[in-house]
Amino acid sequence: MSLNLDRNSKWMEGSGPQADIVISSRVRLARNLQGLPFPNLMNQAQEVQLIRQVGQAILAPGVFQSVGELKLLNLRELAPVERQILVEKHLISPDLAEGKGEKAVILRDDEAISIMVNEEDHLRLQCLLPALMLHEAWRLADAVDDALENELDFAFDQEKGYLTACPTNVGTGLRASTMLHLPALVLTKQAGQVLAALTKVGVAVRGLYGEGTEAQGNIFQVSNQITLGRSEEEIINNLSVVTVRLADQEREARELLRKQNRWQLEDRVGRAYGILANARILSSQEALQLLSDIRLGVEMKILRGIDQRLINQLMVRIQPAYLQFAAGKEMTPFERDVHRAAKVRELLAG
Amino acid sequence: MLCERCQERPASVHVTRIINGNKTEVYLCQECAREMQPQLNFSIPKFLAGLLDYDPGLELKAPPAIERCRQCGLSYEEFHQTGRLGCPECYHHLAARLDPLIRRLQGSSQHRGKVPRRAGGNLRVRREIEKLRGQLQQLVEQEEFEKAAQVRDRIRELESRLGEQGGGQ
Ligand SMILES: [Zn+2]
Ligand SMILES: [Zn+2]
Repeated sequence: MSLNLDRNSKWMEGSGPQADIVISSRVRLARNLQGLPFPNLMNQAQEVQLIRQVGQAILAPGVFQSVGELKLLNLRELAPVERQILVEKHLISPDLAEGKGEKAVILRDDEAISIMVNEEDHLRLQCLLPALMLHEAWRLADAVDDALENELDFAFDQEKGYLTACPTNVGTGLRASTMLHLPALVLTKQAGQVLAALTKVGVAVRGLYGEGTEAQGNIFQVSNQITLGRSEEEIINNLSVVTVRLADQEREARELLRKQNRWQLEDRVGRAYGILANARILSSQEALQLLSDIRLGVEMKILRGIDQRLINQLMVRIQPAYLQFAAGKEMTPFERDVHRAAKVRELLAG
Repeated sequence: MLCERCQERPASVHVTRIINGNKTEVYLCQECAREMQPQLNFSIPKFLAGLLDYDPGLELKAPPAIERCRQCGLSYEEFHQTGRLGCPECYHHLAARLDPLIRRLQGSSQHRGKVPRRAGGNLRVRREIEKLRGQLQQLVEQEEFEKAAQVRDRIRELESRLGEQGGGQ
C-alpha cells in the first residue's frame, strides 16, 4: 500500500461539538498478545511474526464488516520523512517512527483509526476524531478491539485487566485525550492555575508543542492518568466533563477580552493575519503563535472567510517533515523558515 | 559566515546532527548552538521507576531474594531500571513486589472495565450474574414477582454454567 501524504486526517475537519475550542479527541487502547514477550524483549523473528499475525487478523471479514478496510504499512518501507509526517499528523508516536526493529502501522483510509504495531505494547489502537467526540472515539475503538479480539488472543487477567508493558496502562489500557485551544486563558494569565487544578481530578495536562509546561500555539492536551479500577465509560465521561468545563472557562475568558479589550483583541488578530499573509521568513514558533491568534479570530467570529479546517491544515503542513516533503529535499533551518512562509501564503490565498 | 539559524551573529560552531539517519551539518553562533543542544530526555517509565527509591514503606516490605519471572526471566530489579515489564506473565510471577506499586500508581488493584469475549474466561458471566442480582433485588422490592422469578432462573442457569467450568480461570 502506498501512503497518501496529501490527504487530511479526519481529526483535522474542524467541526463538531465544542469545535470553537476543542480541536480533536483521541482514544487509545493498549493491547498485547498472550504467549509473547512485550516488545522490549522481543527478537526480530517474533516482531516479524507478530506483524504477520496482525496483518492476517485485519483481513478477517468480521473486521471489515465492523469498521471497514484497514491497511498495514511496514515502517521499514517508508522513508524517514514519510514516517515523520505520520508523527506530525498525530497518527503514530515519535517512538514508533524512530525506534529500531520491525514496526508497522495500520490505517483506515480516513485516518480516524490507526494501530501501531510493536510500539511499547504489541498493539496501540487509536481512534482520532475532530472536536469533542470522545464517546464516538471510544465506541469506534471498542468496535475495532472487539473485531480484533475475535482473531487474536489478548493477554488479560481477571483481576488486573488488560496486561501492558508498563503498569501505568494496565487495566483498561485506555488513554483518552482531548486537544484544546486555550489562548484566552493564557492571555488572561489563568492557564497555570486552571490547569494545575486538573491534576487533582486525575487529569494530566501538557502542551502539544514545546517542552514541559510551555505550550506553543496555546494548544494543550488533557488526558486521564488512571487506567485501572474504573470502567472505560467512567474514564471517558470524566474526561468529557473536564473538557467541557475547560472550554466553558476559556469561553468566559474570551468574552471578558471581548468586553474589556475589544480593540486590542481585534488588532492582534488582524496583525497576525497580516503577517501570515505577507511574511517571507517564518520560524515554527512564530508561525504557531500567529496561527493561534488567527484561530482565535476565527473561533470568535472576528475573522471571516477562513475556517478551522484550514488552520488545522496549516498547523500540520508547516511542520519540518511536511515542508521537506513538499520541497523534495532536506533543508537548513533557514531554508525551512522561507518555505514555511511560502506555504502559509499559498494556503491562505486558497 | 553568519549563523545559519539566527542569521545575525557570526558562526563559530560547527554542528553535525543525525536526524532520521541523515547527516546534516550546520554552522551556528555560540548562542544558537547552546539553545539547540538536545533536550534532556524525560522518560516516564524511568521516572516512575525512580519513584520507588523514595518509598520507605515499599523498601521495608521488599523480600531480599531475587525473584524472576518464570516465563521471560525478568527480575524486579531489571523492571525497576527500565520501568518496562518483560511479558504478560510478569504480572503473576512478580506480583509480590509489583502489586503494591500498581496500587500506588493506580489507586486500585481491581479491573472494572471491559472484558474480552474469549480471553475474559468466566469474568463476563460473573459480571452478568452480579448485574442480574441487582435487578432481582429491585424487582422483589417492587413486588414484580413474576419477572423476578425469570431473572432468578437466568441467574441459576449462569451459575450452573460457571460450575461446569470449574469456577476458576
Ligand atoms: Zn545564531
Ligand atoms: Zn515475564
